[in-house]
Amino acid sequence: MKKTYVSMQLNGEPVEFLAEPSQTLLECLRDTLHLTGTKEGCGDGNCGSCCVMLDGTLVTSCLVLGVEAEGRTVTTIEGIAAGQKLHPLQKAFIDHAALQCGICTPGFIVAAKALLDQEPDPSEERIRLWLANNLCRCTGYDKIVRAVQAAAKEIREEKQA
Amino acid sequence: MSTSSYNVIGTRPPRHDGADKVTGRAIYAADFQMNGLLHGAMVRSTHAHAILKRVDTTKAAAFPGVVAVVTADDFPQTPDRIVDLGEGETPVSHLRGNVLAKGKVLYQGHAIAAVAATSLQAAEQAAKLIEVEYEPLPCVLTAVEAMAAGAPLLHGGDTNVTAHVHHAMGDSEAAFAGAAIVIEREFTTATVHQGYIEPHAATVLWNNDGRVNVWCSTQGSFVVRDVVSCLLDLPVSAVRVTPTEIGGGFGGKIPVYLEPVAALLSKKSGRPVRLVMSRRDVFEGSGPTPGSMMRVKMGADADGKLIAAQAFLAYEAGAYAGGMVGAGAMCVFAAYDIANQTIDGYDVLVNKPSTAAYRAPGAPNAAFATESVVDEIARKLKMDPLELRLRNASREGTRRADGPKFRRVGCVEVIEAMQAHPHYSAPLGEPSHAEAKRGRGVAIGYWFNIGLPSSCVISVNADGTANLIEGSTDIGGTRTSIAMQAAEVMGIPVDRIHPAVVDTDTIGYTGVTGGSRTTYATGWAAHDAAQDVIRQMKLRAAKLWQAEAVEFADGVFQAGERQMTFAELAGKMSETGGPVVGQASVNPRGAGGSFAGVIADVEVDTGTGKTTILRFTAVQDAGRAIHPSYVEGQMQGGSVQGIGWALNEEYWMNPEGRMMNASLLDYRMPTILDVPMIDTQIVEVPNPAHPFGVRGVGEANIVSPPAGIANAIRDAIGVRLYHLPMNPPAVAAAMGGQK
Repeated sequence: MKKTYVSMQLNGEPVEFLAEPSQTLLECLRDTLHLTGTKEGCGDGNCGSCCVMLDGTLVTSCLVLGVEAEGRTVTTIEGIAAGQKLHPLQKAFIDHAALQCGICTPGFIVAAKALLDQEPDPSEERIRLWLANNLCRCTGYDKIVRAVQAAAKEIREEKQA
Repeated sequence: MSTSSYNVIGTRPPRHDGADKVTGRAIYAADFQMNGLLHGAMVRSTHAHAILKRVDTTKAAAFPGVVAVVTADDFPQTPDRIVDLGEGETPVSHLRGNVLAKGKVLYQGHAIAAVAATSLQAAEQAAKLIEVEYEPLPCVLTAVEAMAAGAPLLHGGDTNVTAHVHHAMGDSEAAFAGAAIVIEREFTTATVHQGYIEPHAATVLWNNDGRVNVWCSTQGSFVVRDVVSCLLDLPVSAVRVTPTEIGGGFGGKIPVYLEPVAALLSKKSGRPVRLVMSRRDVFEGSGPTPGSMMRVKMGADADGKLIAAQAFLAYEAGAYAGGMVGAGAMCVFAAYDIANQTIDGYDVLVNKPSTAAYRAPGAPNAAFATESVVDEIARKLKMDPLELRLRNASREGTRRADGPKFRRVGCVEVIEAMQAHPHYSAPLGEPSHAEAKRGRGVAIGYWFNIGLPSSCVISVNADGTANLIEGSTDIGGTRTSIAMQAAEVMGIPVDRIHPAVVDTDTIGYTGVTGGSRTTYATGWAAHDAAQDVIRQMKLRAAKLWQAEAVEFADGVFQAGERQMTFAELAGKMSETGGPVVGQASVNPRGAGGSFAGVIADVEVDTGTGKTTILRFTAVQDAGRAIHPSYVEGQMQGGSVQGIGWALNEEYWMNPEGRMMNASLLDYRMPTILDVPMIDTQIVEVPNPAHPFGVRGVGEANIVSPPAGIANAIRDAIGVRLYHLPMNPPAVAAAMGGQK
């Protein structure tokens, strides 16, 4: 089958690519656009490793077709830091040892950012509910919750300053 | 030397690979790109046990975009022999047969053939055109069934039992006769998977110079090198393995599955080939850890002294010999000083994937049985369960039934820390609703840890930093825990050391990242390499100062009145003789075993049978916690894997041997919403056989959680469960009508 032309905004820049009709957005990001920070852990939307923002909504990119991204805005883990400056979530994940193997980390950071963008001061319960679609097998989640709490606090303090 | 005398050890610096891993830049196996890359797809068995009558690849080979197709016939058919390539002693035919089936398939998901094509889509479509004709055979799925007379036999002969381990000391039968109390119970556990989030992936280029280059996700790059060279009948030096970042392993990424197949495809196509498992492939085609049946009998006197114990352990090996029962038999009563013991373990073939290690492999099964029985003894004697354990705890000099006497171990200290922990005396609180019941359980567990060889090279830079190269793939922050040990010796901050995990051409042989050995053994190599650096730099200072003797302490070289920091002396390398490169290889035998324990509070909904973990405390002897955050992380991760094992996880097999829940939706691992914060308490009883006292902390933490939770459920509902997982239907069924 012929490939389809797709243009979208990716991490603030316009990109164009060709997608096979059956290719997922995840496959297009990784294989065609060579942005491999977004990971595939299951391919059926159950692990959260492939979380990206699509027009401001958190999605698992393995369940979105590449052709569906036409004309839309996508943010991946590669678009979270501001140049040399890590996002507070990225820094908090390092400082709080919230990653071990690191394969789930991009998905957790993108998902957690989606939460903090909307809710600057979520409770522990709310953080756990929001991140329940992201599986981590290494950490037992304790340090991830603490990292998200610490990043939320830092973002709030930055805004007040 | 007390902890306070260290400058680096015991601190919590950021990890060296942190920025790469939070920005998406770190390259994992499936991220690795090459020009001209071909994509592979596998054909896997749809039967659990069948004769392969015909494998016809004609149509697939003709499919547009397909460049190569391989089956087991493409392997060099070398004579069979026994090898030990880091996975234990195994016939080459088993390694080869597990990678691509020949003649017979032994489990559903068993790889049969593979295709390489110019796109993944083409490879997947072509794979579907490979015609496989099966002659189905009856299958057998549990150890107990497979040991029964008349069971289908996987590898011919007259039994599916491939090994019988027997340990005995004293006279357990006679001792039971004198016991005040004897409890004998039978337990079963389901097959479970390590559940690493990154599926297996490998890229191989069989280069035009005859060398085979492998980039893959593995716990042991040298194991991959040795297996690939063995199966392809090449000298080990013909294979170079570059370990990429690895997205979890827990033992499951020690076995080699994809690399030899990708190598065959690359040889045929002349191009690099990448193979990536789907999640279904991971469940069905990689090694889970054994389901098991255990019968444990223990006797105590009226004071709670354990005087006799017997264990019968039957563990699933999966499709090939070499399961985890040996380790289970070593650990089943290791926490206790019991004079009379008899332990029998059986490794049993079943039509499931060949089992692999999973974090203290074999020990959680055994501890579930032992710790449940110990709990019952404490209840019968009306003794505090930790007091009973303390009274019987293993200590220095205690002999294990499998032979060795413990050197200095921290079993007593772990139990005492559990007793003193505020959690143990905190009230359970009121149930959250009328049908809920709360309970508390405790359990302890042991894992012996391993040594194995490690190598390390440290090059000093003129700016006072150093580059450290090593061969242990970093799954949980070991670049940093290894570099910290070098930094401590060299008297410099750890951020002045740049650690790198390198390929098998570039560093000496290094064993797997497994057995809780990396911070222990590769850390020891780093310690020794750093000492080599300091020895050489002392000579440089002596030369510079024309001094007889140079002292070194806290990062400062000194002779009489003259002194220089590490960085200052590093700046004078070129004028004092050129580069300073330290190196070391170690093969330590003194891995210190680690004891761990848990206190678990649960609430059981007696209406639904659902168990909620209310509070969970993990205690573990780390020997010396090099980076306490990473020690805590290991304890928390092992605890939550143990919670999943206890409450939900299982291979749900239909009678034909098909796994009915091969997805992360239906194979129910704990989510962040299922667990509370996991409190940790690190105990430090230094390992006398390591320069910094490290014991290794990766595994012992998963041993006791299933038993601790089982004991908590018993405390809550008054009924004991004898099977894992203790999921809601199982708990509801156990309660019967008595809620």
